[in-house]
Amino acid sequence: MNMKTLIYSENTELSLQLLGKALQLSGAAVSAIAVQSDQARVLTSSGASKVYLNIDKSFDALKLCLLDVIAKESPDLIMVGSTKRGRELAPRVAAVLNAGYSGDCFDVKQEEVGFAVKRLAYGGSTVASTRIKGKPVVISVISRSFQKPEAHGKQGEIVELNISVTPKIKVLETRPKNTRDAGLESARVIVSAGRGFKRREDLKLLEELATELDARMGCSRPVSADLGWMDQWVGISGKKVAPRLYVACGISGTIQHASGIRDSQIIVSINSDEFAGIHELSDYSIVGDIYMVLPALTKGLRERAK
Amino acid sequence: MSWLTYVTRIVVLVKDIPDINEIKIDPSTRRPMVEASKRRLNDLDKRALETAIRMKEAGGLEVVTVSMGDDRTKTSILEALAMGADAAYLVNDPALKGLDAYATSRVLESAIRKAGAFDVVIAGELSLDGMGSQVGPRVAELLGVPQLTYAKELKFESGKYRAIRDLEDVDEVVEAEPPFLAIVVREINEPRIPSLMNIMKAKKKPLTQWNAEALGLNADELRASVRVEVTDVKVPEVKRKRVMIKAEKVEEAVAMLISALTADGALEE
Repeated sequence: MNMKTLIYSENTELSLQLLGKALQLSGAAVSAIAVQSDQARVLTSSGASKVYLNIDKSFDALKLCLLDVIAKESPDLIMVGSTKRGRELAPRVAAVLNAGYSGDCFDVKQEEVGFAVKRLAYGGSTVASTRIKGKPVVISVISRSFQKPEAHGKQGEIVELNISVTPKIKVLETRPKNTRDAGLESARVIVSAGRGFKRREDLKLLEELATELDARMGCSRPVSADLGWMDQWVGISGKKVAPRLYVACGISGTIQHASGIRDSQIIVSINSDEFAGIHELSDYSIVGDIYMVLPALTKGLRERAK
Repeated sequence: MSWLTYVTRIVVLVKDIPDINEIKIDPSTRRPMVEASKRRLNDLDKRALETAIRMKEAGGLEVVTVSMGDDRTKTSILEALAMGADAAYLVNDPALKGLDAYATSRVLESAIRKAGAFDVVIAGELSLDGMGSQVGPRVAELLGVPQLTYAKELKFESGKYRAIRDLEDVDEVVEAEPPFLAIVVREINEPRIPSLMNIMKAKKKPLTQWNAEALGLNADELRASVRVEVTDVKVPEVKRKRVMIKAEKVEEAVAMLISALTADGALEE
């Protein structure tokens, strides 16, 4: 063991998952960077020995903050949560340090020289086992890769940093996103539309099923990126989901989509093509026309609820 | 060069990769057969290039591409030139094979510097083969310029660079002063398909090739500096029940599905 780990994510849940793994890897020698005082407290009471708190969570401030803490703590491993912020920050910090970096890892082990990580490659269809050497090693870790630690009770130290800088890229305006189909990543049930839907109005069939299952609505890439029927899609380049139940309706099951849904507990597919790839990725498949099956399924669920 | 002849340059990083949709899996080893598959321009790099070409069409910029690869890469570069790039630079040196992202970024940095002054470097968010998402930020750091990430719109209008960044909960409208490095996401555009005439013209556009020495780099030192090594690539086994529900009537199939899901506890509140 005998090594030090530094963790960072602005997402508290993800930072706790990183902490869980970091404690396994390096015992008590885990320091963290937090961006809210609540987050700092949760991290110290969950086992982080030292938490650096920096309220400015802009890219430029966090870059300086990470470099500052790395200089102070000289960690062997730096784990950053794979959020959009984390994925732009981690490789840039690695570049400053001339360090090796692997992104979107879901497993990490210490080796004699450096670390061994697992991550997806080739469009998400394959797992690449990768060895990273040197000190430090920087990785980013995708959500739900590791378990949160048990509550520790012990209180670590919180150090306030107050690093703040004027951003190099000037922000003129922020616009909220359409939230109709937001929250896919944390949804417990998702019903999802593919190219099997012929017209935008037909998504009503999916909405009715969503209401019955208390589900969020998602879609495959073409439905969002090409047709513009929804803001966000499920897939490698879209949202990676992990619901208890995923119902794929009229989705063929490309590599793009498959790797977005692989962490789902139960996958159901409804597709009229018997040979559609989605069936191989499913626990239950109904080969049939979504225009027939969806209303019947909605009705069946409604009757069950009575 | 007087200000009258000064042309703003955009450098686009483009890469050729094995065609993801065509990669076959060796059934005995579960490993992808990468060498056997056709190579093509990485989709996101095409979108980065399309962004630059649209900026050029809007007002007098020059667009050049910078790549690292081998002789096979020339096919993809020809496509980039046919799409509308004015010139291409290729680092082509067998001694630089197998570098990791760290060393590759150092090579690209040198190539960008040698290619001349630039306003903006544009890169795609990731290449679908390695899915590393790190060369862009690394090159930005080495060049000492800010990075404008997750751009789903990037325009050059009345002398200003404006972009919309696609963040987790919000879209951010930003303005950047050159020089900077922009990283584009898939939503930014649909890349054009070059016409036959432009494909013919592309063959006459300048393609400059450099080896490590031409860039003032030491290939041995670069190979020794590699930090990341891929030890294995394998297709994971999918563990799913794969139950095909077959019934005469839709209602029956649906009833069977509901009872199976109930038994699995998938329908509990």
